[in-house]
Amino acid sequence: MKRGGTAFWVGAVLAIALAVLAALGIQNEYYFFAGYVVLQFVVLATAWNILGGYAGYVNFGTGAFFGVGAYTSVVLIQALHAPLLVQIATAAVLSGLLGFGTGLLTLRLRGIFFSIATVAVAIIFETLIINWRYVGGATGVQLLRPPVIAPFDSYTKMLFVVMALLAVGAVAVARYIEASWIGRGLRAIRDSEVAAECNGVPTLRLKLFACTVSGALMGAAGAPLPMYMSFVEPASTFNLSYSVSALAMPIIGGTSHWLGPVIGAVLLGTVQQVVTVTISSELNVLVVGVLLVLFVVVAPGGILGLVAKLRSARSSARAPA
Amino acid sequence: MLSFELLPDAIVLGILLGCFYAAVSIGLSVAFGLLDVPHVAHPAFLVLGSYGAYVLGQHEWDPLLSGLALMPAFFVLGIAVYRFYHETFERRGSEAGVRGLAFFFGIAFVIEVGLILVFGVDQRMVEASYIGSSLTIGEMRLPLRMLVAAAVAVVLTLALTAYLSRTFTGRAIRAVAQDEPALRLMGANPVRIKQWAFGIATAASALAGAMLIIVGPVEPSMDRVYIGRTFCIVVLAGLGSMTGTLAAGLILGISESIVLTLFGASWAPAVSFGLLLIVLGVRPQGLFGR
Repeated sequence: MKRGGTAFWVGAVLAIALAVLAALGIQNEYYFFAGYVVLQFVVLATAWNILGGYAGYVNFGTGAFFGVGAYTSVVLIQALHAPLLVQIATAAVLSGLLGFGTGLLTLRLRGIFFSIATVAVAIIFETLIINWRYVGGATGVQLLRPPVIAPFDSYTKMLFVVMALLAVGAVAVARYIEASWIGRGLRAIRDSEVAAECNGVPTLRLKLFACTVSGALMGAAGAPLPMYMSFVEPASTFNLSYSVSALAMPIIGGTSHWLGPVIGAVLLGTVQQVVTVTISSELNVLVVGVLLVLFVVVAPGGILGLVAKLRSARSSARAPA
Repeated sequence: MLSFELLPDAIVLGILLGCFYAAVSIGLSVAFGLLDVPHVAHPAFLVLGSYGAYVLGQHEWDPLLSGLALMPAFFVLGIAVYRFYHETFERRGSEAGVRGLAFFFGIAFVIEVGLILVFGVDQRMVEASYIGSSLTIGEMRLPLRMLVAAAVAVVLTLALTAYLSRTFTGRAIRAVAQDEPALRLMGANPVRIKQWAFGIATAASALAGAMLIIVGPVEPSMDRVYIGRTFCIVVLAGLGSMTGTLAAGLILGISESIVLTLFGASWAPAVSFGLLLIVLGVRPQGLFGR
């Protein structure tokens, strides 16, 4: 456990150092433009997995939390010209509160009812934003980027590094939850909520906690979006494809370990970027859908499950009992 | 801004809209309400039915006729989907909940994107003599397309209600919803009954999908709004109640129509989801719950 902890932090620091070095060294903007999206999905998938993977509550409303995060930034930029860090922090707090509220309202519901309720939250917030003139309504709003902070030479590169920090932070949070008693409690809820309750697991409190943390991370992932795009409109910000991707990536990577969503997001996110550039953006969404169905049917444990199966098959072949 | 003199019109239109909403929800009422299948792909099947009607409409078919003609194909499709779902998820137990949900969510998404790839994102519509004209009674103008949709909806609901309460298979379907192990002990095969019922639910979606394209233009991403509407109605109705579905459809239709008249069209999508959240929070067993 201790040794794994050190390895994790060394890896985390290396990943951030690599991101910073790349941002300072590589000239081609596009890599950062695409890399930002992949990292954003690492955050979203990890956040989804805290509630969906550990506790077994399927959130279809990732778009809601992501969108609330993005629009928090829009309001802060419009009203106060707030700096990026303030945007991210406020977005995390607000969407965390939204997660808490959603949890209070819906976590007494189980299975599909919770999932449908999260779709409802997404549509309701999209409708609110569409009808809110101040943030541009349905047509969206154009935003100006502030001057870039040294040592970075472009805003996209800076955002890329910020998103890398967020991704590492999100994974660290997920990893902490997974290893602590909270994670054990959430897994107990997933396996049998009634049994967990009977054994003294504070189920509602744990679910509320998971919902809040998950929502806050999703909001934080959405917060830099207005600056990244320089333009925000509700239809694409609250898009269902965020919800599908955030759900597909952990399921494809493997939901039982913090590494699963990371693998899924990096793999699927990269494939998406390549397909978008080389073929079409519709097809990239189709790829996600097809892969999701395929993995759910054929490999329930995701890529991590497949690897584990392969390993145990190999070791049992090596040591004939 | 608020125009209360339009309220009577709104209510009458809401009643027609409500009947139509009941028709698009009735398949889900069987699949989710009675069979407990987390069928979030139901609205996607509706839109698929609409596009089927659209394609047949290109060959001068009447949309109503296309809807009826599509029913056998959808019946088979439904049986295949349920069979697959049962073999891969229901039989394995434990994590089936999460994965079954993700499965249907994925299917819905694949259908939506598939339709975009084939037909593009443009809105599609069909032509028929009753689309575009309207019936005038006194001061009130009733669009004929809504009347047709509402009439078909009522017939569909009544037919399904009769089927479930009068016929042998229909009663078996309700029995499987109430107590599956007991049915097994009686020597019946619950899986076959469920797959038959799922087929019927999907066939009903074909006709309802044709209604969808009669009522207005259809686009591939339309299933998203209908996730809210159909689940709102099914939950509000109390799972699996057919007459409840009609009543819940009317409640949603009238509320949506009133909100539309008073506040404008951009608020309408939030009505069903808001109502759904309220029902889930206050009375999860629905109005006519079992």
